[in-house]
Amino acid sequence: MPTEWTIALRFLREGRMQTLLIIAGVTVGVGVVLFITALVQGLQTSLVNRTLGTQAHIVVFPPEEVARPALDRDTNAVAARVEPRAQRLRSIDQWESLLGTIAAAPGVIAVSPMVSGPAFASRGTASKSVAILGVDPERYLRIVHIDEDLLAGRFLVTGTSGAIGFELAKDLGVTVGDKIRLSTPLGREDVITVTGTFDVGVKELNRRWVFTTMKLAQTLLDLPGGVTNIDLTVSEIFAADKTAQVIADATGLRAESWMQTNAQLLAAFRNQNVSTLTIRTFVTLIVALGIASVLVVSVVQKQKEIGILRAMGASRGAILRVFLLQGALVALAGSVLGSALAVAMVETFAKLFKNADGSPIFAPEMDWKLIVSTWVIALLTGVLAATLPARRAAKLDPVAAIRYG
Amino acid sequence: MGESASRTATRHAPAPDGPILRLSGVHKSYNIGTPVETEVLHGIDLTLAAGEFAALIGPSGSGKSTLLNIIGLLERPTAGSVAVAGHETTTLDEAGLTRLRGRTLGFIFQFHYLLAAFTALENVMMPLLLDRRRAEPGMRDVALELLAGVGLKDASGKKPSELSGGMQQRVAIARSLAMRPTLVLADEPTGNLDTHTADDIFELLRRFNVEHGTTFLIVTHDPRLAARCDRRIELVDGSVVPT
Repeated sequence: MPTEWTIALRFLREGRMQTLLIIAGVTVGVGVVLFITALVQGLQTSLVNRTLGTQAHIVVFPPEEVARPALDRDTNAVAARVEPRAQRLRSIDQWESLLGTIAAAPGVIAVSPMVSGPAFASRGTASKSVAILGVDPERYLRIVHIDEDLLAGRFLVTGTSGAIGFELAKDLGVTVGDKIRLSTPLGREDVITVTGTFDVGVKELNRRWVFTTMKLAQTLLDLPGGVTNIDLTVSEIFAADKTAQVIADATGLRAESWMQTNAQLLAAFRNQNVSTLTIRTFVTLIVALGIASVLVVSVVQKQKEIGILRAMGASRGAILRVFLLQGALVALAGSVLGSALAVAMVETFAKLFKNADGSPIFAPEMDWKLIVSTWVIALLTGVLAATLPARRAAKLDPVAAIRYG
Repeated sequence: MGESASRTATRHAPAPDGPILRLSGVHKSYNIGTPVETEVLHGIDLTLAAGEFAALIGPSGSGKSTLLNIIGLLERPTAGSVAVAGHETTTLDEAGLTRLRGRTLGFIFQFHYLLAAFTALENVMMPLLLDRRRAEPGMRDVALELLAGVGLKDASGKKPSELSGGMQQRVAIARSLAMRPTLVLADEPTGNLDTHTADDIFELLRRFNVEHGTTFLIVTHDPRLAARCDRRIELVDGSVVPT
């Protein structure tokens, strides 16, 4: 072992109590930083998963209809009032050919056209306002995993059968196998057989969603051959707004990412990240101050020994490294123990906070990337914190250190 | 002398015939450029031949310790030149001085200044460890032999705190000899020991001087010990008293 390592280790072992206390300090610091980061990451992932459980990452709509001025511009005539146009249900123009363009956008991994619009669902005298969602089931399941939310039956959407939200089924008093009548404001109606009921976790949607085939929806909503929107799944969910912009630019359609739809959620994430960063910064600072103060005391205590080492041929650099190493070793030991502490805290958290069904509310995310980056930061902190005392030790005049130390 | 040349030079043994130490016109002042500027050494000329066993004596405040520090390359003179083992030191930088000091000089202080965290054996090995920067086979044997030489073969595994004052000083002596220095500087090595132990320590230094030809320069207040040295260099008010 290099001599400087030997001396650093012995110095640490000699000041046993100081060393143990500061390692405990680093342990708690690393543990808290890891746990808080894992907790926030886990919470955010869980919230995103829940949010995206019922939403496409990107939804593409036809462009909004705007009022066009009927006045001649050259006569300087001004319209005193321009009424916004009512947004009627429209199909995306040339959607079949645009589908290729959209699917080719960077990051897009699934595309599902949809025909949706308002309708009433009735059985006997009960009638409820619903949203018809005409989909190609195979494609749609790659956007929203509704089959995982089924309470009864199957997600079977064929000719005259479909799946509905379980609240709607309750409201209408139907179960799997029963028939319901769908009618639209345009006066069209048809009967479908309920093949499955689902719970997507949002009451409003459970009360309104009725999945049918695209063909049936097109007929009921009077959009022969048309689709009202195209749902997309992307590989990198936090890049969804960029992909949406690319699609909007390429097609001239409106493309809304989940990030726009849930801007508040993302703002909350950002605030949460800022507060996590603040906590991490201050914990790191406190750990650094702790290491520095212990080593400063150690330098003062060991002035004579440092002086004698210098007289015996130890260079300033060697003394500097002896103290930098002590900072690094303390940080490393604290990192290892702190990681263990964080794992224990995560386990405890998962045990203490559970859903009614016994599953954890959400799982804090501890991955290797987080642990390794925390170790690296801790190590740098240790070495940086040791710099001041180490320089002081290296600068000691051996004569003064031996005589007056 | 260039940096690389000086670095190479320190690795070689000194010329056996030349003096081990040569000081010429060494002045040392403190607080230079301030109203309290004081000159402690006023032009010291001093030569030590190989194998000499010399005492440096003088009243308190005569500049003994300052002179010893300058000879030990721990301080630089304000003016004049210092040559140790044939190497002119005025042109050496900090690192060069450290290297020359580590390889040619041994130190014994009034207090042992052993490293508390290391055993007696490890303390004796320390100059070798610092020089080679890592443990090497053979270092242990050198240290054990030196410990045996000071009569502490059985105490090699003990920490300094487990040894008596006399034993601690013996370990310090063994340590000062680890690098086979050409010159050992001892600053009141028996200063805090009882007379009996002091005699033992003195005899030990003498033995190394005779057996290995190591040159010794011993600062002492004890006229009894000084009288037993081959040569007495007396310092009064910063000047060497001619003998």
